[in-house]
Amino acid sequence: MADPLVGLVLLPLGWATLAFVLGPGRGAWAALAGIAAQAWLAWLLAAQVGAGGTARHAVGGWGAPLGIDLAADGLSAALLLLTQWLALGVALYARSYFAAGDPARRYFWPLAGFLLAGLNALFVANDLFNLYVTLELVGLAAVGLVAAAGGERQIAAALRYLFAALAGSGLYLFGVALVYGVYGTVSIATLAPLITPEAPRLVWIAGGLMALGLVVKSALFPFHFWLPPAHGGAPAPVSALLSALVVKASFYLLLRLWLGPFAPLAPAAAWLPALLGAAAIFWGSWRAIRAERLKPLIAWSTVAQLGYLFLIFPLLAVPAAFGAGVMQVFAHALAKAALFAAAGVFIQATGQDTVAGLAGAAARLPVTLFAIGLAGMTLAGLPPSAGFLAKWQLIEAALALGHWPIAVVALAGGLMAAVYVFRVLRQAFCLAPAGAPVAAVPRALEWTAFALAAASVLLGFFGVDLMTLIEVRA
Amino acid sequence: MTSGLLFALVGVALFALGLAGLVLIGDVLRRILAFNLMGSGAFLVLVGLAQRNGVPDAVPQAMVLTGIVVAVAATALALALARRLDAQREGALPEDEDG
Amino acid sequence: MKRLAVFCLACAFVVLTGGALIELGPAAIDLRGQVAAQLAASGVSHPVTAVLLNFRGYDTLLEVAVLLIALLAILAVTDKPPAAPVPAHPLLQAVARGATPAMILVAVYLLWAGAHRPGGAFQAGAVLAAAAVLLHLVGLLPGWGAPGLRLRLGLTAGFALFLALAAALLSQGALLQYPPAAAGTLILVIEAGLTVSLGLILAGLFLFLSRDEGGET
Repeated sequence: MADPLVGLVLLPLGWATLAFVLGPGRGAWAALAGIAAQAWLAWLLAAQVGAGGTARHAVGGWGAPLGIDLAADGLSAALLLLTQWLALGVALYARSYFAAGDPARRYFWPLAGFLLAGLNALFVANDLFNLYVTLELVGLAAVGLVAAAGGERQIAAALRYLFAALAGSGLYLFGVALVYGVYGTVSIATLAPLITPEAPRLVWIAGGLMALGLVVKSALFPFHFWLPPAHGGAPAPVSALLSALVVKASFYLLLRLWLGPFAPLAPAAAWLPALLGAAAIFWGSWRAIRAERLKPLIAWSTVAQLGYLFLIFPLLAVPAAFGAGVMQVFAHALAKAALFAAAGVFIQATGQDTVAGLAGAAARLPVTLFAIGLAGMTLAGLPPSAGFLAKWQLIEAALALGHWPIAVVALAGGLMAAVYVFRVLRQAFCLAPAGAPVAAVPRALEWTAFALAAASVLLGFFGVDLMTLIEVRA
Repeated sequence: MTSGLLFALVGVALFALGLAGLVLIGDVLRRILAFNLMGSGAFLVLVGLAQRNGVPDAVPQAMVLTGIVVAVAATALALALARRLDAQREGALPEDEDG
Repeated sequence: MKRLAVFCLACAFVVLTGGALIELGPAAIDLRGQVAAQLAASGVSHPVTAVLLNFRGYDTLLEVAVLLIALLAILAVTDKPPAAPVPAHPLLQAVARGATPAMILVAVYLLWAGAHRPGGAFQAGAVLAAAAVLLHLVGLLPGWGAPGLRLRLGLTAGFALFLALAAALLSQGALLQYPPAAAGTLILVIEAGLTVSLGLILAGLFLFLSRDEGGET
């Protein structure tokens, strides 16, 4: 594949189709080979962007605004790198997770392939309408994965998720329609110089609707209602993909539009997302502290951790704030994938999903428990984890601008995260009730969970490289 | 006022109607209809606003065709989930034990 | 209370947006000129088809993937064998039998017409799917169970062909960059493949769903 930009979209589309043709439950090897190749392509792309600046590809050779352009700057390249490598870990995990006859496995590989294709296409898209199509690719694939072979609870959660996703993309599409009406183009690069603070009122409405739609899709408080049942009810590998990557995709798009074409209008609303983000941190953490079952606890923690992403909007005048946002995306993605993977190990081992059921896990599943500890370190923001770097940069940016309440919220959120992580760990070190059965778990599950958690901590040592990459701006 | 602008105005009203329906209505089938109303509103604005000077524009027309197909896919998935949910809620009856 | 609030918000939104629409000046960019200028190089003479399959063909490629995802998700949530078809009145069956060849003919015409007037693969596929749904509703075509290899190949062939051609055209310099001389033929090949697969996918959205049919028709 000559151009990694194109290969990252075509490869998953190809292996997803192949996996479907091969038949229900098959295609794991095609998927693993495909994702490994994508991981390598993402690496090439990151090197290319780091050395030579933004990579571009004019589909059809027409060029914007008539055709559709693909582009990857540092931010896109970084997220593509995260997506492929995290997906590689989750795919290895999923291969061992689903038993041979598990009905949830029948269409897992093709749906996961289309999900990855949608994510990659979203990260390289540079055209508002094409972005709408990629949003729907991601949204429908995610809903399909939640619903697959589910019981009543999962189907109801999937339906709720679908309506939220459709409302979000509907709002976004309406905004795009208004933008096309005003400017006659949907190419981001063409729009950027056209939108000024004196733009017609319609552009403000369009920007507001698109932002609202993306916020609904990112599950920002108070639009988080669909997330805990969907992420808490799906099979563990699906929850990992959804919590780690899917909600980040709409956040990425919001950030890209906010800093890009809509930058002249954006400062007017910067405090609103931050306010909602702060509310998300407190409400999500509180629900996680109170949760009875393990996967809903992790899902509520996602609601809280997503809140940090929105704290950066009033601080974007300082470069550290942008870095803090990206670092938080990375840290949370890796830590949350590790936590859901570890939760899957416990569910397979003990056959139940309650926090109380973790008693005695310390002795029986030490590797998985260690994974939870490491991922918990990242969520609570302890050094030297990537989560620590994210919060450090956030607090630094907040203090530089004198917005100390944001720093207080970040610190309090870290403390609350420590409480719910500690609750899980303390329970795991309790003595097991005598005779509680523990099934054997494939070792690949334990070690992939551990690898993801370790990555979320070790990334802290590579913060400088990541920050250098994302400084490459279009 | 050109017919394009009129289409766009109707589109705005339809979109608002659909969105309000999606927020207010609990019944699944009617929510699916509300979502489609929202989509139709967006499509009308996309096509109508672009040709407010009376000359048709092929680009938004093609986009709307794409959008319609996406809406069909989403509607089919929503209907499938709604039926499945219905079947499972009736599934308390002994003859339906899968899921 | 909630109803009133939503109603007021919706009304305010309509007034605000409608007002902003009316006072809008001309757009900064007009793609009509560019579409017209490049139409000759696009391989087709109908501007909407040119945008759909050439200028913005990438959107169309992804949109077929969206349809496949919906189909996969439906397959993933239904696992019962299809219910036995309930035969309708013989007169209805006769009408459906008679209409089917005509509908196939219309589909082929729409596919061919797409190059120079309204029509194309999606419209043709929709007519094919409608024929299948009609046959199912009168009890002549049973609902579909888990798809076998032949059906899976049929469902994906159009997309796979589109994807393979798009990738092969990378040799021209960019994804989906048709050589102008061959553009018309390539677009027709893609549309023909899509017509068959879209017909099957759209029919599948209905016929796979029939598996969840309780007792009602």
